[in-house]
Amino acid sequence: MQNFFLGASLLLCFFILLCMYRGVWGPTVFDRVIGAGFVGTKTAILLLLIGFIYRRIDMFVDLALVYSVLNFISTLIVSRYFIKKGVHVHQ
Amino acid sequence: MITVLIIAITVTLLSAGLFFFFSATVGFLRFPDVYTRMHAVGKGDTLALLLCVTGLALYNLFDNLCWYGFVQSVKIVSIAVFWFLASPTATHALLRSAFESGVTPWTKDGSVIIDKTGDEARK
Repeated sequence: MQNFFLGASLLLCFFILLCMYRGVWGPTVFDRVIGAGFVGTKTAILLLLIGFIYRRIDMFVDLALVYSVLNFISTLIVSRYFIKKGVHVHQ
Repeated sequence: MITVLIIAITVTLLSAGLFFFFSATVGFLRFPDVYTRMHAVGKGDTLALLLCVTGLALYNLFDNLCWYGFVQSVKIVSIAVFWFLASPTATHALLRSAFESGVTPWTKDGSVIIDKTGDEARK
């Protein structure tokens, strides 16, 4: 079962690398924000899988919970900031 | 016998979650617009997280069968409960921010069908 969790987390790392393409070279600012949020969601699952691999789920479940809360708050703050400031969009 | 059943259910749920993560990633890379990308990510993300978290909580519940393991499983499921409330809120706030900043939705021939001006006239 540990080997399955290790393979699943490696596959998740590969998906995170695919998402970083939009996160770095996204055409607008909002693509980068969506990419950051998506990577954050995958990282919460990755923290749970690391907890199962190391058999320390009692510690890593709190980390995953806090990580998802911070991910939500950061997306909300960035979107409020761009409503107030406005961005220059190249179409 | 029950152990084999629990492991089979966990492997199935986690594989389904990874499949939905993969499809959301493909939609995020291939769709032509901010709004369509947001649509793909906001839906595939939530369903994939629910499937992965359900499988892991079930495995944890039968891996250490005691009161403490039950509390840990409830904590793991509470991530999915929180994300079901948080993901639509974050997506909606981001979409409103993009629309007010003047990002027009994609159409096939490039014509603008909806604009920020109608929103400004109402204010």
